[in-house]
Amino acid sequence: MTFSFEIPLLILLLLTAAAAIFVKDLISAVLILGSYSFFLALVWAWLGAVDVAFVEAVVGAGLATIFFLLTLFGTAPEDTRIRRPPVPKAAMIGLPLLGILLLYAATDLPKFGDAGSPASVHISPFYLENSFADTHTPNVVTAILMDYRALDTLMETAVIFTAGIACWLLLRRDSA
Amino acid sequence: MTQAPHDSVIVRNLGAHLIPLVQLFALYILFFGQYGPGGGFVGGVMLGASFIVGSLIFGADDPATAAANRLLDGDGLGLIIFVLVGGLCLIGGGEFLNYTSVRIPGLDAPSQRYLGIVLAQIGVAVDVAVTAVSIVFSLSTVNRDEANPGA
Repeated sequence: MTFSFEIPLLILLLLTAAAAIFVKDLISAVLILGSYSFFLALVWAWLGAVDVAFVEAVVGAGLATIFFLLTLFGTAPEDTRIRRPPVPKAAMIGLPLLGILLLYAATDLPKFGDAGSPASVHISPFYLENSFADTHTPNVVTAILMDYRALDTLMETAVIFTAGIACWLLLRRDSA
Repeated sequence: MTQAPHDSVIVRNLGAHLIPLVQLFALYILFFGQYGPGGGFVGGVMLGASFIVGSLIFGADDPATAAANRLLDGDGLGLIIFVLVGGLCLIGGGEFLNYTSVRIPGLDAPSQRYLGIVLAQIGVAVDVAVTAVSIVFSLSTVNRDEANPGA
C-alpha cells in the first residue's frame, strides 16, 4: 500500500511550502522551510533514494536552517521586513497555465521504476553489475561518487571549500 | 562566538550527553557509507554540526568551543587529502584518482579502490566539517560586530 504514504506526504509538502511563503516573519519562514526539507527527505527515502534523503535531512533541515537563522540574527529588523507587492495579472494567469502545461508534459515521463526508461538503460546497468566486483563497495552510490565519478566529487569539495573561504573573506573583518 | 553558556540546565546537560553520540554517529555514517546510505558529505556535515551545536550551547570559554576554533586551522586540509590521494595515483604511474595505480603489496585491485574510497571520503568529510564550522563562525562574527560596533 504505497499509496497511503504518498498523499499525506504530498499534502504536508504543499502545506509547509505555502506556509513558508505566507507566514508573517522571516524566522518562522526559515523554521517552516526546515520542516519542509524534512518532509522532502521523507519523500526521498520513500522513493528509495536514501543517500539523497540523508543529505536533505542533514543539510537542508539542519545546516541551512542554522545558516539562515544566523544571517537573520546578523541583519537589522528593518532590512528583513517582508513586503508583499500585489501579484501582477500576467503572473496570476500565466503561472497556472505554466503549471497545467507542466502537468500535461509530466504524463509523457517514464513511469517510476520503469526498467526500460532511458535513464535505466544507458550506463546504470554497468554500474550496478560491475561496481561491487570493481571496488568491493556494496553501496553503489558511494562507488559511483567516490570512484567512477571521483573527479566530480573533488570539484564539489572544492566548491564547498571556496564557499567557506568566501564567507571568511567577506564577513571576518577583524581577524584578517 | 562570544556568548555565555546557555541558561537552561536541560539544554546544557542534554548537549553534554548528546553531542558525543552525534559525533560517534557521524563517524559511523562516514565509515559505513560504503555499506549503507551516508558517506563523506553527510558524515562531515554531522561532525561539523556537532561542533556548531557545542559552541552554541557552551559559549566561548568552553574547551569544546576552543576545539572548534582549532578545527578552523584545518581549513583546506580535506581538499589536500583528497588531492593527495589523486596525486599519489599520478605518481604511481596511472590516471588522476584511479586508485589502482598505486601498487600496495598484498592488496588486489578492488581492495585498493576500496582503500582509495575510504581515504577520499575522509578528505571530503574533513573539508565539509571545517567549512560548516567556518561559515557559522563567520556569520556569528557579524553578529558580534552588530552588537558592539566599537569592538
